[in-house]
Amino acid sequence: MTAEQLYGLCGAGLVGLGLFGLITAELPLRRIVAFNLLGGGAFVVFGVIARRGAAAGLGGDPVPQALIITGVVVGFAATALAVTLVRRLHEETGTTKFDQDELPPETVKLSDATLSGGNP
Amino acid sequence: MSAALILDACLVLLVLAVAVWTIAARETFPAIAGFVSYGLLLAIVWVRLSSVDVALTEAAIGGGATGVLLLGAAARLTDRAGRRPAGIGLRIMAGALCLAITAALAFVILTLPDPAPTLAPQAVAGLPATGVGNPITAVLVAYRGIDTLLEKIVLLLAVIGVWCLTPDDSWGALPAPWGTARQDDAIVLLARLLAPVGVVVGVYIVWVGADDPGGAFQGGTILAAMWLLVMMAGLIAPLPATSRRLRRVLVAGPALFLAVAFAGFAMSGDFLSYPPAYAKWLIKLIEAALTLSIAAMVGVLVIGPAVRKR
Repeated sequence: MTAEQLYGLCGAGLVGLGLFGLITAELPLRRIVAFNLLGGGAFVVFGVIARRGAAAGLGGDPVPQALIITGVVVGFAATALAVTLVRRLHEETGTTKFDQDELPPETVKLSDATLSGGNP
Repeated sequence: MSAALILDACLVLLVLAVAVWTIAARETFPAIAGFVSYGLLLAIVWVRLSSVDVALTEAAIGGGATGVLLLGAAARLTDRAGRRPAGIGLRIMAGALCLAITAALAFVILTLPDPAPTLAPQAVAGLPATGVGNPITAVLVAYRGIDTLLEKIVLLLAVIGVWCLTPDDSWGALPAPWGTARQDDAIVLLARLLAPVGVVVGVYIVWVGADDPGGAFQGGTILAAMWLLVMMAGLIAPLPATSRRLRRVLVAGPALFLAVAFAGFAMSGDFLSYPPAYAKWLIKLIEAALTLSIAAMVGVLVIGPAVRKR
């Protein structure tokens, strides 16, 4: 096995792990973390394809490498927006969970008090 | 099996172990600590994949900016995971789906065509026309400049989206304070000592990005980190969303990029084309303006909007 294949398998594993976290995590913030983990894996897979394209004295194909940099930046922008949404949700309702039935009693009380005191 | 391959295998196992920890940790804070380590380990993976430019980006964004963003959110959110996590049925189904996707990706990785397709010779062949020596910078600002232009617009849209989440009665207020550092706290000393050095390093990374690994985004993120550090230490106040100075810096880079792109019609007959005689200077000018805007955008995205006073 070559080093490229090894890192490619690593990326494939990271995509699976990240997706699992994205589906099963309970808190939205943890889903955002899992989403970033998934993104990192996808970038590594793409990076392996860039590395295999090494030619003309370069260590890798610069086109996919540049696309990965753009992807990392866009992923960061999406993450920042998602985190701010979750923070605002918490500010409004006192919780970030979507399923109100599964909340422990004290959180529900806080949530109701905030809702009646704040915006309807 | 060579020694390098054994080291690679150890690195891969470490990355996967940290990833499992990040997903499986019960509390949010240790999970995010795991994610920051994951970002830094990925930066080493990128060096091993001969992508130093990506490694710098990953370390600055994956380990740095995203880490601060997530830690800041985790400190404010009081939510805890419930006693009962996702149902066992859902977990088994999700696990099967994720295994299938990983297996499909692994199959693709192991059966990639040989020899691999590459654009590296074309990228190197076009370098003299751009005047820069780093092919990745050439791809980002020249060959596929439209991608980078749109990426900056995406960042601006994210800034607008984050500001839109300001509660109505707090518009124009300062973003939430970053803790209450006292004059004799270690972070104040750190901010005084590190920030000047960090600013020089950030500018250096942008400057050498023309010919060596580095560039506007990597350098701009370092500048943003220094801005955030000085704000965390309480040495300067954050700027409100209504600050005209801040808004000018935010749009300066994308606006100049767009102006040069349209000027391309007059100078060399096409959108986003640089006349070869001035290509390097135009690229450096765009990168310099973008660096300032990127620093402001990353800083604003990490700080977040003003919060309602209780």
